Amino acid sequence: MKKLNVFAVIAVLALAVMTFGVVHAADKLKIGFIYVGPIGDLGYTYQHEVGRRALQKALNDKVETTYLENVPEGADAERAIEQLARAGNKLIFTTSFGFMDATVKVAAKYPNVFFEHATGFKRSKNLATYAARFYEGRYIQGQIAGKMTKSNIIGYIVSFPIPEVISGINATMLGAQSVNPKVKFKIIWVNSWFDPGKEADAAKALIDQGADVLTQHTDSPAAMQIAEQRGIHAFGQSSDMIKFGPKAQLTADTDYWGDYYIDRAKLVLDGKWKSDDTWDGLDKGMVVMASYTNMPDDVKQMAMKTEAAIKSGALHPFKCPIMDQSGKTVECKGGSRLDNGQILSMNWYVKGVDDKMPGQ
Amino acid sequence: MPETLLNIFHLIFSENFILTVVTASTPLLLASSGELVVERSGVLNLGVEGMMIVGAACGFAGAWLSGSILVGGLFGIVAGAALSGVFGILTLGLAVNQVATGLALTIFGVGLSGLIGAKFVGEKIVPAEHLHLPVLTDIPGVGRILFGEDPLVYVSVALVIGIWLFLYRSRAGLVLRAVGDNHASAHALGYPVLRIRMLAVLFGGGCAGLGGAYLPLAYTPFFIPGMTSGRGWIALALVVFASWRPGRLVIGAYLFGAVSILGLALQPLQLGIPQQVMNMLPYLATVVVLVLISRTRGTAGSAAPASLGSVFVPDR
Repeated sequence: MKKLNVFAVIAVLALAVMTFGVVHAADKLKIGFIYVGPIGDLGYTYQHEVGRRALQKALNDKVETTYLENVPEGADAERAIEQLARAGNKLIFTTSFGFMDATVKVAAKYPNVFFEHATGFKRSKNLATYAARFYEGRYIQGQIAGKMTKSNIIGYIVSFPIPEVISGINATMLGAQSVNPKVKFKIIWVNSWFDPGKEADAAKALIDQGADVLTQHTDSPAAMQIAEQRGIHAFGQSSDMIKFGPKAQLTADTDYWGDYYIDRAKLVLDGKWKSDDTWDGLDKGMVVMASYTNMPDDVKQMAMKTEAAIKSGALHPFKCPIMDQSGKTVECKGGSRLDNGQILSMNWYVKGVDDKMPGQ
Repeated sequence: MPETLLNIFHLIFSENFILTVVTASTPLLLASSGELVVERSGVLNLGVEGMMIVGAACGFAGAWLSGSILVGGLFGIVAGAALSGVFGILTLGLAVNQVATGLALTIFGVGLSGLIGAKFVGEKIVPAEHLHLPVLTDIPGVGRILFGEDPLVYVSVALVIGIWLFLYRSRAGLVLRAVGDNHASAHALGYPVLRIRMLAVLFGGGCAGLGGAYLPLAYTPFFIPGMTSGRGWIALALVVFASWRPGRLVIGAYLFGAVSILGLALQPLQLGIPQQVMNMLPYLATVVVLVLISRTRGTAGSAAPASLGSVFVPDR
């Protein structure tokens, strides 16, 4: 009987402490992040981590952020997202396209938690989407590549044929064609967002097949490093990769998510959060071009002019008329340019791209 | 059509292509050679991926801190051996299930490597220098392939030859094989089964660590968490593919490496094959070749060491 009393007292005390702890923790808004890769990828995931750190720094006394990295896209993602929801996070950012269906499922289960899915297109009352207009940066890169290439072959290392990647290829091609109609792409799909060895192999294969400028839509600096080794030029992806290619890097279209994360957290703190679709680019600072390096002055001036024109809205990378691979003119739903929906669901190539779309 | 075939021919037999294949196959060969010895002694170590990646993290750390690739390589070997030592203590000392322990150590190793390597992300080193012999390396066509590789490629070749000599031409190797085939009989004959297996496990771990270290030391001279990307699992599969024979292991590793690079390099040639199929090619090719090899084998049953994976507890 005595033992039972002691245990009962301990149990009550423990409960009291926990409740006290929970009440205290509830003062700070808990925000969770799910990353598809390691924060050490120095690419896409790293930039989200930079954004998270900026958020933590800016609102340090009001928010408590956590993250889960290396979460594979697919079934396991649901478990990870739910883990964050159950741990008391009230705002959760799932930072890769492949988390889409998992986020939708968990959002339905937790109507009082706000979810934000990067680069996706499914929304609900408590699920918003956000993305950066990467294609704006790629158009500029295309122009630079078109000017810098001597062999007229650009090497393109890509991951998966999703609209974001396709629109990136198309924007690069349109940019390149605007200064050099003879440009051709050689494209290698590595079927992974992140595999440094395979990206390095693809880079070597492209260079052996004549490419003298490399660009990528994968997340590691492997290709940049091979470009530096072989003495050609390349573009960084998502992060500034100048450290791996001091003589090779021309520029990088880096993502900057910090301001967006701070804005969204503030909305939750003020009780004003609602589901939205944010798609900002150079104008709002979500896409930032790394310094233009290793190029002659006239190319640099051209790039800066184009950047300014895109920022002001004077130039749109997907301005009509645009011809698709077969030569047909694409229907222009945005007036003088493709509309957001067309860009977000892009599954066709522009004229001049020699690659077969998987599934066609 | 003939033009495309010619293009492919030129591609495959170009020096650069073969060089890339060699670098892609070497980490697989290093790791799977060690695992071959381990499995021949009767232990199934599924932790190769974990050992490779701690080898990568520590190898890079060693090279970055000391400025020497050799030190990096040694760090990689020691790291892999240390992790496999943990495996050995658990499975041989405490008789824990080998499969579960190996898998657990893979997950542990991947996490540990991320922890060790976190400080080194973003740094880079000067990659291992390639050999350069005065006249031989400059022979057109084959010079760089035979005489211009980085030192670890030659280590991998020496390793396989050494393992073959050990297993088939030395008494110690015979004893190891005996332990792998029937540990009870070996024990009855007085051989120290657990000690032999532990040494094999440490050796295998060291090789896996070196195979993993190859990635940041010679392949892509930086460290990023997760950079082995599953190569440890391929190495495990290659040991089975090779029917636990060193000669076949070389064929397997180079076949896999070659078809992997082929699957990438053929894509820009626009052959009309979907890129997803191209990326599947190495796995398909390995399975096809395995089926063909298995059909011609006369012996019935599996070629695996008979005591592979079974726990040995000395009864006296």
